[in-house]
Amino acid sequence: MKKRSLIPILYVLFLMLPIYWLVAMSFKTTNEILAGFSLFPQTWTFDNYITIFTDPTWYWGYINSIIYVSMNTVISVTVALPAAYAFSRFSFLGDKQLFFWLLTNRMAPAAVFALPFFQLYSAVGLFDTYLAVALAHCLFNIPLAVWILEGFMGGVPKELDETAFVDGYSFPRFFVRVFLPSIKAGVGVTAFFCFMFSWVELLLAKTLTAVAAKPIAATMTKTASSAGYELGLLAAAGTLTIIPGAIVIWFVRNHIAKGFALGRV
Amino acid sequence: MKTPNQMGWLFVLPVVALVAFNALIPMMTVVNYSVQETFGNNIFLWEGLGWFEKLLHSERFHAALGRQFLFTAIILAIEVPLGVIIALAMPRKGFWVPVCLVTMALPMLIPWNVVGAMWNIFTLPDIGLLGYLMNSVLGVPYDMTQDPVAAWMTIIVMDVWHWTSLVVLLAYAGLVSIPDAYYQAARIDGASPWSVFRYIQLPKMKTVLTIAILLRFMDSFNIYTEPFVLTGGGPGNSTTLLSIDLVKIALGQFDLGPAAAMSLIYFAITLLVSWLFYTLMTKDDSK
Repeated sequence: MKKRSLIPILYVLFLMLPIYWLVAMSFKTTNEILAGFSLFPQTWTFDNYITIFTDPTWYWGYINSIIYVSMNTVISVTVALPAAYAFSRFSFLGDKQLFFWLLTNRMAPAAVFALPFFQLYSAVGLFDTYLAVALAHCLFNIPLAVWILEGFMGGVPKELDETAFVDGYSFPRFFVRVFLPSIKAGVGVTAFFCFMFSWVELLLAKTLTAVAAKPIAATMTKTASSAGYELGLLAAAGTLTIIPGAIVIWFVRNHIAKGFALGRV
Repeated sequence: MKTPNQMGWLFVLPVVALVAFNALIPMMTVVNYSVQETFGNNIFLWEGLGWFEKLLHSERFHAALGRQFLFTAIILAIEVPLGVIIALAMPRKGFWVPVCLVTMALPMLIPWNVVGAMWNIFTLPDIGLLGYLMNSVLGVPYDMTQDPVAAWMTIIVMDVWHWTSLVVLLAYAGLVSIPDAYYQAARIDGASPWSVFRYIQLPKMKTVLTIAILLRFMDSFNIYTEPFVLTGGGPGNSTTLLSIDLVKIALGQFDLGPAAAMSLIYFAITLLVSWLFYTLMTKDDSK
């Protein structure tokens, strides 16, 4: 039994090493980083973090990212709920084709869409707004949300719907009062996935913003090029981008495995 | 069985509207570009299918496509078996389960350009942990900015680091859904660990593994940000994968026509392979 648990331990160690290196570097001074190799910070410094928390161009990057990611999560889950219900309960003309078409958008390389997206959102006057990024991320998050929710809804027996209607529930009341609570875990996991994919995607987010809604990643790229590669600052900013993900994943830890299986186990 | 109900369309309407806005309009823009020649000042000339013909005969495209398929094949060949092995070895219940799941999922929650930057810092030859270990402790010359083999190894290890957990979590979800009674029956029959795996665990993981392969195929085939930040496609063109080449042509050289034609061929390949997986998957669902 003990020999077996060695595999996950080694794997987790392998996962943590680059993260450790990033965090360690964020507490080093620029001089120490450039002076040579050191396993631990010799002189601990919080300067990198202080810079980020006091300079508006830095901390607004984080706020911007969190705003458009939250907007996207709310939009995606809200519109995906009724659609997933329809896919899991009804058969209608072209349902299979429609479902596959939705999935194809999860497959489109973001690089393909960067330029047309820029033109589209400039044309409708949304360029450099939170809404632009939140809507653009719907391209891949809505199909994913429908896919996951449909999996979870498929696990709820149809008898639940039928009993509720016999009991005299109207559809909206049934949906909110009876159905939603029975797929609570699924909704939580779906929200988590939307948050995750919107948080990690940056190519579109960067293309669609200039100043007002610029994500943290774009600020990082600018630092890397303009200030002569300030590795410590870059490492601190990188470390801070890991934290929101770590927080949201803690909330869904018990359902995460089923969520990754898109509710299909 | 599902009830036939055309009202279904009403339910999916908001989704269709939002996704269509994001997908159809940009897609038509791409189709538009792909059949035209662009000059400055918004002058466009009809080019027909010329770009497609040139592209399909271009060595540069073949090379990028080849690298892309090689990358995806290596990624799938490593991550899928490795993920299954780790999932099999994971504890089924107790305190360590959520700890394992959360730490394993962590790399997937890091923004993609941070992943690239992080691995860049990690592999710097003189001050990165990995780079220093290889060069100064193990004495293996390692510099991914000079050596194409080292660059390839690095982007592969980075992707294994980044995405193997997806396979682990999917396979694990399949494994925990197997009732204990199955294992008890196997023990009574005196089944070997291998036959337990082959006849109980593997069949139960079939659906989730298909999803894992489908997702890993789509994402590794479309990968852009991480290798771009890590190697920038170099040294030379050695790690210029399809997406990186596409962005070079579209935004670097502003050759919108060829870039658009390339996008469409690229998308068509992803679509075709994914469709094959999808049909396999839904065949299982309907059983």
